[in-house]
Amino acid sequence: MGWDGYLSHPNFERIVMFRASSFAVLFLSTSVLAAHSDAVFSIANKRDDLIPKDIKRVERITRHTVDFSKAERFEASQGGAGTSRKTANRNAFSHSSENLTFEDELTFKLGNALFRKFWVSSPSSNHASDGLGPLYNARACQSCHLKDGRGHPPTGSETDFTSMLFRLARPAETEQELEALKTYAALNIPDPIYGGQIQDVAITGLQAEAKPSVAYEEIAVTLEGGEVVFLRKPTYTLKKLGYGKLHPKTTLSPRIAQPMIGLGLIDAIHPFDLAKKADPDDKNKDGVSGKLALALDLDGKPTLGRFGWKASQATLHQQNAAAFNGDIGISSEPNPAAHGDCTATQVDCLKRATGVQPRLGDTEAPDPVLGLVDFYTANLAVPARRDVSNTDVLRGKEMFYGSGCVACHTPKYVTSRRAERKEHRFQLIWPYSDFLLHDMGEGLADNQQVGVATGREWRTAPLWGLGLTKTVNGHTFFLHDGRARNYKEAILWHGGEAETARDNFASMQKADREALIKFLGSL
Amino acid sequence: MNYKLTIATLAGLGAALAATTSHFAFAKAPSAEAVLTHYSDIALAKYQDSLSTAQALDAAIDALLKNPSAETLAAARTTWVASRVPYQQTEVYRFGNAIVDDWEGRVNAWPLDEGLIDYVDASYGTESDENALYTANMIANASFTVNGEKVDATKITANLLQGLNEAGEIEANVTSGYHAIEFLLWGQDLNGTGKGAGNRAFTDFSVSDCSNGNCDRRRDYLKAVSELLLADLQEMVGNWTTAGAARGALMKDTNAGLSTILTGMGSLSYGEVAGERMKLGLLLNDPEEEHDCFADNTHNSHLYDAVGIQNVYHGSYKRVDGSVLKGPSISELVAHKDSKVNAELTGKLASTITAMNVMATRAETVEAYDQMIGEGNAEGNAVVQAAIDALIDQTKSIERAVSTLELNAIEFEGSDSLDNPNAVFQ
Repeated sequence: MGWDGYLSHPNFERIVMFRASSFAVLFLSTSVLAAHSDAVFSIANKRDDLIPKDIKRVERITRHTVDFSKAERFEASQGGAGTSRKTANRNAFSHSSENLTFEDELTFKLGNALFRKFWVSSPSSNHASDGLGPLYNARACQSCHLKDGRGHPPTGSETDFTSMLFRLARPAETEQELEALKTYAALNIPDPIYGGQIQDVAITGLQAEAKPSVAYEEIAVTLEGGEVVFLRKPTYTLKKLGYGKLHPKTTLSPRIAQPMIGLGLIDAIHPFDLAKKADPDDKNKDGVSGKLALALDLDGKPTLGRFGWKASQATLHQQNAAAFNGDIGISSEPNPAAHGDCTATQVDCLKRATGVQPRLGDTEAPDPVLGLVDFYTANLAVPARRDVSNTDVLRGKEMFYGSGCVACHTPKYVTSRRAERKEHRFQLIWPYSDFLLHDMGEGLADNQQVGVATGREWRTAPLWGLGLTKTVNGHTFFLHDGRARNYKEAILWHGGEAETARDNFASMQKADREALIKFLGSL
Repeated sequence: MNYKLTIATLAGLGAALAATTSHFAFAKAPSAEAVLTHYSDIALAKYQDSLSTAQALDAAIDALLKNPSAETLAAARTTWVASRVPYQQTEVYRFGNAIVDDWEGRVNAWPLDEGLIDYVDASYGTESDENALYTANMIANASFTVNGEKVDATKITANLLQGLNEAGEIEANVTSGYHAIEFLLWGQDLNGTGKGAGNRAFTDFSVSDCSNGNCDRRRDYLKAVSELLLADLQEMVGNWTTAGAARGALMKDTNAGLSTILTGMGSLSYGEVAGERMKLGLLLNDPEEEHDCFADNTHNSHLYDAVGIQNVYHGSYKRVDGSVLKGPSISELVAHKDSKVNAELTGKLASTITAMNVMATRAETVEAYDQMIGEGNAEGNAVVQAAIDALIDQTKSIERAVSTLELNAIEFEGSDSLDNPNAVFQ
């Protein structure tokens, strides 16, 4: 609900409002509202999609379990009725939601074809496929979202960063930039030359922006019982900068490509269910705060963010459009820049032909392209869990709950009855995330501010499907830059608000740690 | 009409039985078990026919390699086209039979980045690409890197090809199956939406007069990929024999089994053929969006998918030797519950075959499929669109058949059972 909705609402107490300064949840009267000029967006303060009887049902079913002697009801179907029950093989992340009609399946398959489609540079004989770049990270969505799964840093003798990229931003300097950040006209300030992201590839004849490289330093960590684990700490550098130096204050934020499963369901979570967990000032003194992320809606107005490593995109539709533009250099209605992330100083880049065909539309991906990709990305099914009733898995689940992981990795939700697509409505889902921003400590910090997310804050990553990463992608590189080589390392990197939970894990009996990891492997 | 006769005959038989035994005296539909058994028998026959035609292809490849000539190459191409006829009719067994779904990518994966396999035209593009294997050209290179690991391809064997399918997690890195063989026999179709298929010279396989280099490795590749196809098909034949795993899985739950038959028909009709293989090409006017693109055999590929859908419904499959395998069908089950739904679906399946034949005839007499989907070709586009519309239309009747047999509730079954952890909250 936007401001107009708030102001005209007959019962103001039903609205929760968020202030940008502390992002505290406030129940305000209209008079107080007028006094708070820094108020930025509002969210209904209850599940306004449900009748009271359903609210009770939902509260009951989403309560944390206290019984770890057996699996919970519905637990294996972690993606609700859309959960895929197909064989858990390397295609496990590529199936459509089980509750689609045959007609929907067609839409899904067309979207899939576009998702794996290789875009070509302009001009080309194939008008529907050109528009690539001029600067880009990949030629197809699928090139980074390998098998619809998780990207990875370079391995072995590999040097390319295809399924991973670097976001760029720097602090505001001019009055105008400061004002833009203050009013949320922009979420951050890009590098003046390289823009918001490094594109490490360019179309023929154009200079690529840089060649990223990484060096790792091994750090030993000793756990309870004497087990020693090595964590690798990355240092990133950009070599072969094609357009001069970066701004001295520009920071690099490395990001691997996210798995594509269950995204439509995340879109369908009612905002109140996220808002009710936010506790930015840690009023309940549990050491875990959690704050709502801020993103910009299609009109450029602040709204709740939920997609991306820092939750800086409000909807899946916007996330897709931004990725098309930033990563492949393809424009679409929400992101109409046909030259992608070329900045005004990259003159040669701006001179290149675009793939816009006026008879097809104003952008390089006119209707129905983005809509089909939206449908596809909204309906990649979450695979069913395996071994939910296994004794070790249940023990691991108990450890997961008991050591405080669930303070951020919220197990379950029932999606909104008003979700955009019928297959996502009123589904009990198990993403294991609160989709809020948390301080993860210095070790994981990228020192890059995005909207209200500080350089130490990240969105809690959903965990569903985690256990099939190895099956689908052949690796277990986790966290935002894939530095963790397995579950254990990923947990041990947790700092900041997650430090207590991490310490609980480190001080567990080895068998319990193994059980917890087995639980993660069953997701 | 035939079905009415069959039912009348069964009714008579039922009455006769009732006279002598205590059985119910109404028309008897076949049992679900009998339908599933016959559905499995047809699967076995179709995969056996796929195997025997692939064996013929393998023999023709041997002849080509023994004595490369325009004639032996043409003969190999002819046997490849023939091998597609039974195989495409098996595709209706996908989308539900998990064993087939798991296996299918090994034999029929498409689209494929042919630059991984052999030389390609300069227009194919070499610009630095995220698929490091886009132009790896395995035939020219005995060693290359996948995900930072060196691959030793000194000797091209079936094992090597099997391991490299989807290398680097890129689905278009297809090293095996019908389309890899197709590429080796025809080469790239460089005609865009113009006339003509791929036009590889037989000397590409010549030891003494080698064109385009590395003929020895190209020969090894062709033989290895043919052998791998035989092994894969043999495996699927085994899955449908009396003790086969696919047959066993189907028989576990008869309602789920019947649902699998109709799901396969519907998913292949709508999403797969009408959508991904046909509508997308029209949408993009892209000649690359063509299923059998090197051989210009796409029209047959689509036609025989439709034939496969129809013959599974009627439980009547005409084998490559001309004999007909006929038995209890899901059509009879539907007719028993609602003859109108059966008549409607029967009619629509036939209309699709008609529309597909119009397209196939056009492909063989007027212009190839990739020309039909070309931009600005209103007449060609319309012929393809008519086949798409027919497939979509028949799917609506397939959905009606699902309801008629009361199979829709299957996936929600047990949702209220407290002790079923697989249930779904609604």
